[in-house]
Amino acid sequence: MARDMSDKDILKMEIEQLQKEVKNTREPVSKTAKELCEFVEAQSAEDPLIKGVPEDKNPFKEKGGCIIT
Amino acid sequence: MAAQEVQPSETIAKLKSESEALKTKLEEERAKLHDVELHQVAEKVDPLGQFVMKTRRTLKGHGNKVLCMDWCKDKRRIVSSSQDGKVIVWDAFTTNKEHAVTMPCTWVMACAYAPSGCAVACGGLDNKCSVYPLSLDKNENLAAKKKSVAMHTNYLSACSFTNSDMQILTSSGDGTCALWDVESGQLLQSFHGHAADVLCLDLAPSETGNTFVSGGCDKKANVWDMRSGQCIQSFETHESDINSVRYYPSGDAFASGSDDATCRLYDLRADREVAIYSKESIIFGASSVDFSLSGRLLFGGYNDYTINVWDVLKGTRVSILFGHENRVSTLRVSPDGTAFCSGSWDHTLRVWA
Repeated sequence: MARDMSDKDILKMEIEQLQKEVKNTREPVSKTAKELCEFVEAQSAEDPLIKGVPEDKNPFKEKGGCIIT
Repeated sequence: MAAQEVQPSETIAKLKSESEALKTKLEEERAKLHDVELHQVAEKVDPLGQFVMKTRRTLKGHGNKVLCMDWCKDKRRIVSSSQDGKVIVWDAFTTNKEHAVTMPCTWVMACAYAPSGCAVACGGLDNKCSVYPLSLDKNENLAAKKKSVAMHTNYLSACSFTNSDMQILTSSGDGTCALWDVESGQLLQSFHGHAADVLCLDLAPSETGNTFVSGGCDKKANVWDMRSGQCIQSFETHESDINSVRYYPSGDAFASGSDDATCRLYDLRADREVAIYSKESIIFGASSVDFSLSGRLLFGGYNDYTINVWDVLKGTRVSILFGHENRVSTLRVSPDGTAFCSGSWDHTLRVWA
């Protein structure tokens, strides 16, 4: 539908949207970045791609019984 | 006559400058809260160790470029779709093909697994999204049970079931996203705001409520309220098409991959871009991105055939994975985070762990 809109209509749509967004509430990066880091640190211990999984426990690491070349 | 010809372009010029003024104001408001960089806050975080990630499985069977893939919630099945119209369901543990369907169109750019694991959705140049129930009977003709759900006026670029098998969210080359009821095919909500093709979408993790993010050829990433159809936030910092968007596991941020060869992280509460993942040596577009389970790693599949692994917090690259022999077009981490799968124009899918 955007393809069928005239440049003027697209600009009007953009302006309406921008007017709304300028009013959004925001938090400082110092606060949100700290929380992002805290979230990751809390979860990292259980992240299999970071801590690694022992060969015998990870189904993808286990070698197939038969390799047909 | 001359006066009438001059008027329309004056109005457009006025609208353009009004739009630019608002964009500047928005950036000023955002900048007021940009008091620190993410990687500075992340200096206190322990660095990551060495990574050894290898291809553990190679899924061969597509006759042409693999365009899209999705994991089943059972963490072992995968659905993939390709340029030649084939949609295949694989058991990634054994590499066996469990189902195969031939779509009536080529370039099946989107496919998704239903949360129940009992159906898959797909679509592409047919402008539709169709749902195929997966039968336990391998001999049954899947195509016979196909249900057409979504209808767009241009190609289907992405699709995703919501929390259940009953609703599907789609994005399209027609510039819109839409939410559909699977059973009736009814359009429940449509999302207008992109000024060009929408290429990708991702639903927020269910705990964070009813929003989703979309990215498009207009270089914008938009965050939408699914119930009202309104665009809540919009980000325009990429310099080219956004090919992929993915929510951070907490739902408070999302990452994007673009033809401008960068991936970026946008913090939803700070309402701004907080990280750019790029290197001078990376000059080809990123087609697909996904986070590891904790959100510490961002995997990006690129058009230069590689997969770059980024430290999300520190902004550095931790690994580069080689193996595909053509563009990486799609990449998803498995539901339990033990592996990730990449699909490529080299006709194969690879599972890495």
